Amino acid sequence: MSLLHLAIISPFLLAILVPILYKLLRKVHAGWFVLPLPMLLFIYFLSYIPRTSIQQTVIKSFAWIPTLGIDFTFKVDGLGLLFALLITGIGSLVVFYSIYYLSKDKEQLNTFYVYLLLFMGAMLGVVLSDNLIVLYTFWELTSFSSFLLIGYWYDREKSRYGAQKSMLITVFGGLSMLGGIILLYLMTGTFSISEIIQQSNEILTNPFFIPAMLCILLGAFTKSAQFPFHIWLPDAMEAPTPVSAYLHSATMVKAGIYLVARMSPIFAENGLWVWLVAGFGIVTLFWGAFSAVKQTDLKGILAYSTVSQLGMIMSLLGIGGAAFHFDSSNNSYFTVATVAAVFHLINHATFKGSLFMVAGIVDHETGTRDIRKLGGLMYFMPITFTIAIIGTFSMAGLPPFNGFLSKEMFFTAMVRVLEIGIFNLETWGVLFPIIAWVASIFTFVYSMLLVFKTFTGKFQSEKLAKKPHEAPIGMLIPPTILASLVIIIGFFPNLLSNTIIAPAVAAIMPNFKVDVHISFWHGFTTELFMTLGVIVIGILLYKALPKWRRVYRLFPEKFSLNRLYNSILDVSQRASRTMTNRYLTGFSRTYLLYLFAFFIIILATTLFVKDAFTVKTNNLSSIHLSEAILALVISIGAISIIFAKSRLTSIILLGAVGYTVSIFFVLFRAPDLALTQLVIETISVALFLLCFYHLPKFKKREERMRFRIANAVISVGVGAIVTMIAMSAHSNKLFDSIAQYYVDNTYEKAAGKNMVNVILVDFRGFDTMFEITVLAIAALGIFGMIKLRLEGGKKNENQ
Amino acid sequence: MEILMALVIGILFMCATYLMLSKSLLRIIVGTGLLSHGAHLLILTMGSLKRGAVPLLGENASSYTDPIPQALILTAIVISFGVTAFFLVLAYRAYQELGTDNMDKMRGNKGND
Repeated sequence: MSLLHLAIISPFLLAILVPILYKLLRKVHAGWFVLPLPMLLFIYFLSYIPRTSIQQTVIKSFAWIPTLGIDFTFKVDGLGLLFALLITGIGSLVVFYSIYYLSKDKEQLNTFYVYLLLFMGAMLGVVLSDNLIVLYTFWELTSFSSFLLIGYWYDREKSRYGAQKSMLITVFGGLSMLGGIILLYLMTGTFSISEIIQQSNEILTNPFFIPAMLCILLGAFTKSAQFPFHIWLPDAMEAPTPVSAYLHSATMVKAGIYLVARMSPIFAENGLWVWLVAGFGIVTLFWGAFSAVKQTDLKGILAYSTVSQLGMIMSLLGIGGAAFHFDSSNNSYFTVATVAAVFHLINHATFKGSLFMVAGIVDHETGTRDIRKLGGLMYFMPITFTIAIIGTFSMAGLPPFNGFLSKEMFFTAMVRVLEIGIFNLETWGVLFPIIAWVASIFTFVYSMLLVFKTFTGKFQSEKLAKKPHEAPIGMLIPPTILASLVIIIGFFPNLLSNTIIAPAVAAIMPNFKVDVHISFWHGFTTELFMTLGVIVIGILLYKALPKWRRVYRLFPEKFSLNRLYNSILDVSQRASRTMTNRYLTGFSRTYLLYLFAFFIIILATTLFVKDAFTVKTNNLSSIHLSEAILALVISIGAISIIFAKSRLTSIILLGAVGYTVSIFFVLFRAPDLALTQLVIETISVALFLLCFYHLPKFKKREERMRFRIANAVISVGVGAIVTMIAMSAHSNKLFDSIAQYYVDNTYEKAAGKNMVNVILVDFRGFDTMFEITVLAIAALGIFGMIKLRLEGGKKNENQ
Repeated sequence: MEILMALVIGILFMCATYLMLSKSLLRIIVGTGLLSHGAHLLILTMGSLKRGAVPLLGENASSYTDPIPQALILTAIVISFGVTAFFLVLAYRAYQELGTDNMDKMRGNKGND
């Protein structure tokens, strides 16, 4: 256990405390209890920068299940630290923002912060674990906390739908990732990521290599909302806005990106990895940007924009993977993609975080997020407007904001795809820069829509529920901090390059010497002209939007991925219900049939397989005539119960069987049993007769023939099996009886002469005590049933 | 004797199973009663029958019958009585509340299929 472990566990510990504090101090907003933790953690993780910036990694291990190779090994390197800083940094701002966003009088704040802390701890665990099983555990925990947070307003149907959708898709991916992890383990014999990376050259040709890669990519793509799994992210926007800003934009959805980055040294040698990651990324980039333009909900635009930006980072990581094929000498030419990915990851967190907070402010102060109802808000909320301008311009890739820099690098990386010349990238690779450029145009358009439809234009007061005004200062501080970061990084990009970006890139590409230098001005390069093109065409498209909006109607709703998801869900629910109803009928008879059938099959198979059925006749005791008669009596008695027409007959016959059993006990040298059986049988018969008075008569021919035959077959089977077992049990004595122990010790140890009694009250006294407890419970139950009556319970009493 | 008992036990189990599979609650309860009789005899038969004296040390015999099955059965008799009693009262109350002792009708189905 080290301080690092404590840091990762601390959110969970606080999650236990929050509900208590919430109950004790109702007057204080629960967020104030939470806020110090992410701030402290942020400072704590900052203290790692001096070490990671010189490529040092800190590894702390704590044994969990050492026999299976599962340990809490946490490793802080450049990549992990970058994410840890994002999680705690954005986390602090989001918690601060939520204190003003969520009312302490109306909301269940204790559960909200418990879920949020749960997420924070889980996410830290994901990005800092070196052990894949531990990583997987935390990974699923982020899915669960995301589910809980999306469904936070669980009385809304859409929240529940969105929560379920995100859960199904991400857990589906998570499980497939687990499969990939196990395949990796089979290949390498270890769950440690660093050790697997060391073996990466040896597993390249392993037949499990490709399946493992596909499984892990499925996990990463579902988590990071890559096409076609992106459909859960827009529905996840039902979560409170601080959650959207935190989980569904800055941190959790980047877990997939983290995974891809982390796994690059293992898989990127393979061309398929490059194609899949870059291909899915670039398609997602385009589809997200394209779909964002048709959205009318502010958070909807932001959701699709997040999908698109995640695709962009993903494609950069894929292209960056191609660099693994070149030796370290001329690599910096192609590593630009990875640098751009890491840089954009940071930039995206800053501008998208601030934009989500802006959307939350607009929603909070006007009561709607529909851009058709909004407009002209810049006069009411000038500060929010300024923040929104900075965020959207950065998102659109305009100078002088940080988004411009990373977008330029993105273009550079995409243009250089043409020069890579491996994995057939020289042929179809030409699509990358083209799609990238087209997608950037749409990105520009939706960015402009986002800010100008909301803040400029005509103010429509009649469509708004509230009279808008500027947000309280507490809600403005977090987005302002993020917006200032957007500008600071824009002007001083190299502030981060050696401290954060270079170590992170070094962690993704361990064998490369990476030199990160981000500059504002490259001269009149292709990238610059691409950006100019984006701006010009973007403005034209933005102005002409009403004319070409019809394009979106070309895609019929019927074929949308959401429809597909819904129908799959619907069909599987119906199929499972039909199936379950077929075997879970709710009739005790059906279940008894299963039990008996199972009983017969299992025991018969065992007797057959083990060859256990034996009948030995050499060790039998003699049969008296009286005993034979008794056996006949008991058999006839039992069989006649089946054919008994009246209740009274069957009860009397049952009594007869019981008394015969007690005579058998006498014959078999068991006087105590005989006595007990006699007493119990008498009481039982009395009880039966008492109830017999109240219960209805047997109905004649109440059961059909088929029903009877089925019953008969099963019962004959059970009878036969039990007979065989009784014979075999007598014939095979596998162990010596332990009876002699009691014979020897009954008097000496327990001072009694009746062995049976001594066993019951002394040697196995606890058994007897619990037996009495069972009787007491039964008595209480009977008492309760007779005394407590449901309403209207008298109606059949006198029938 | 043991083989004869094995047959008797088999018949008891068979009748018990048949009764438990029927729809009348009373028959089901009678079935569980028969089942416990069968089980008791089965336990007793598994240890050998009629070997040695009654398990009382006062008999001063050279060998005694195995006391362990007897101790087990004694517990089982009492427990099965408790269960039967509980079951009977449950049936009685269920009949009072629902007006039927048919397992199908209790669920609100028409039954008799």
